[in-house]
Amino acid sequence: MKPTTRPTAWPRKLAHAGLIGVALIFLIVFLLLPLATVFYEALQQGFKAYFHAMAQPEALDSMRLTLLVAVIAVPLNLVFGVAAAWAMARFDFPGKSILGAFIDLPFSVSPVISGLLYVLLFGAHGWFGPWLDKRNIDIIFAVPGLVLATVFVTLPFVARELIPLMQAQGTEEEEAARVLGANGWQMFFRVTLPNIRWALLYGVLLCNARAMGEFGAVSVVSGHILGLTTTMPLEVEVLYNEYDYVGAFAVASLLAMLALLTLALKAVLEWRYGDQIASHNAARH
Amino acid sequence: MTLKLSHLSRRFAGSAALDNVSLDIEQGEFLALLGPSGSGKTTLLRILAGLDYPESGSVTQDERDLLKVTARQRNVGLVFQHYALFRHMTVAENVAFGLRVRPLRSRPSRSEIDDRVEKLLKRVHLEGFGKRYPAQLSGGQRQRVALARALAVEPDLLLLDEPFGALDAQVRISLRRWLRHLHEELQLTTVFVTHDQEEALELADRIAVMNNGRIEQVDTPDMIYQQPATPFVCEFIGKVNKLPVERRGTQLVCGTMELCEDPWEGRYERAVAYVRPEHLTLSTHGDGNAWQARLQHIYPAGSVTHLELGLRDPVHELEADVASDNLGRLSLQHGHDLIVRPKVCTLFPLDVEGHAHAGERIMLRWDDANVQ
Repeated sequence: MKPTTRPTAWPRKLAHAGLIGVALIFLIVFLLLPLATVFYEALQQGFKAYFHAMAQPEALDSMRLTLLVAVIAVPLNLVFGVAAAWAMARFDFPGKSILGAFIDLPFSVSPVISGLLYVLLFGAHGWFGPWLDKRNIDIIFAVPGLVLATVFVTLPFVARELIPLMQAQGTEEEEAARVLGANGWQMFFRVTLPNIRWALLYGVLLCNARAMGEFGAVSVVSGHILGLTTTMPLEVEVLYNEYDYVGAFAVASLLAMLALLTLALKAVLEWRYGDQIASHNAARH
Repeated sequence: MTLKLSHLSRRFAGSAALDNVSLDIEQGEFLALLGPSGSGKTTLLRILAGLDYPESGSVTQDERDLLKVTARQRNVGLVFQHYALFRHMTVAENVAFGLRVRPLRSRPSRSEIDDRVEKLLKRVHLEGFGKRYPAQLSGGQRQRVALARALAVEPDLLLLDEPFGALDAQVRISLRRWLRHLHEELQLTTVFVTHDQEEALELADRIAVMNNGRIEQVDTPDMIYQQPATPFVCEFIGKVNKLPVERRGTQLVCGTMELCEDPWEGRYERAVAYVRPEHLTLSTHGDGNAWQARLQHIYPAGSVTHLELGLRDPVHELEADVASDNLGRLSLQHGHDLIVRPKVCTLFPLDVEGHAHAGERIMLRWDDANVQ
């Protein structure tokens, strides 16, 4: 034994190996195996069948719809997230802690329940149902319902990323900008936004991943009208229930790739700009 | 340009940060707002900058109501305690910010801005630092960038919030001498906030001593030190000994020492006397009107030596400063008995509730001939 290494008793070594082994097995069984299965099943009948399944009109429609929902929901939550974080970090007002709790609400409520809330509000027998019906406005079992449910479920991502950062950064730079003669927009775009840009991107990334992958809330308000209200996660379910395994797993593989891409980007952001994302580092200078 | 602050009041969560504060600031003067934390000095500075507004009172600049002018139009330069440099901009971009955000018609051209930035960086001794980021600078350098940024907009008024608070002692002293020179050069009206009395005494033309949201005294550093107007100023500025005084007939006495004839004609039974450590004369023998004390400790501190004395009557601890040269001459030692007399002493009468009445302050002086 080299004199520099700490003498380690064999029970200790065993414990190390045991812990690492448990973690690895856990990771493989619960994460890697399912992920591999998705691609294995999707490609079971070869690439031709895979691409053929993805080129089905319903599949293409579901992709288009998922993109549409994300394109509406993510910018909405970006604007809301910045506004909410600004209000929370910059002002004191009555009900501030309640607002903070409300921002977290979508995380603590089951997505199915949040979907149901919209059905109760805007459904045919809901509070606003008759009023909407008279004006021929469809929300439930239509695209607006999907967007609403998605917005609700993904609402906390951006705000929660920004609030601790903006609180830690404080108001002094913005005040300095104002005293130097900047107007509100100049202050926001030249001082506030550059200071939060990486955290904002991080929040948007997570928000987008959830918006595209959301199942529960969307499932309740969708009504599963093929080609009209089935987003990709719903399409996977529909195809699976129809025993079209290749089709189901082909669409699922797209979602899995989105997840992997998100993970990679997230890792890059954390590695490159970690000090500007994690709030405990933000106030360092 | 005279700034006139009158009857400013500002409350935060029920407690007064400013309580009926009035102050005039003259063109070109270097004014210090000095006080402990929570005394309202930063609030006052923020009101001047337009970042905060009083609940009542007015701020006028040559008859113009400044409270109606927003922060961005007030044309003040503000240096924050922690500099508040824009962390994602280079030094040059930081300095240029105030010029670049101007509306198009009053914005200097790109090359003019570059010129001015270069001149300012030169002025604050940071030539060649333009392309660095704030995180790559030392505290003193950041401080000077913040100052250059504030000066770039050619302000009418320069405000500094604890400008040297975050720097280490050596940088602090050199930077504040430099700032004093800069002020003499630019003749720019400057108000700075500090809790460091030494800084205020050394730098300022005038000092406003603040306490609990009020201004206790506004005066030159010399007057603040030599003739403190209130007990708070006595205790806050410099070191001071506080001794109990009582009226005995028509005389005010402090233990074995008769101070003077009662100047308040019997209206007060008690008073408080403030004596600075350097305003005490010590002798090893003699008698007459004086205090007896025992030398308890000797703390040499370079040119000055601090002595801790135990007075017999009144029973009280007293601190005396003597020049270290004189100490040798007296050949003082721990445990010696000494005769102590004040040279200068400030008296405030106390009413029955023990409140000092600053308005009826008297100052006593004994010239050396009498004492010795």
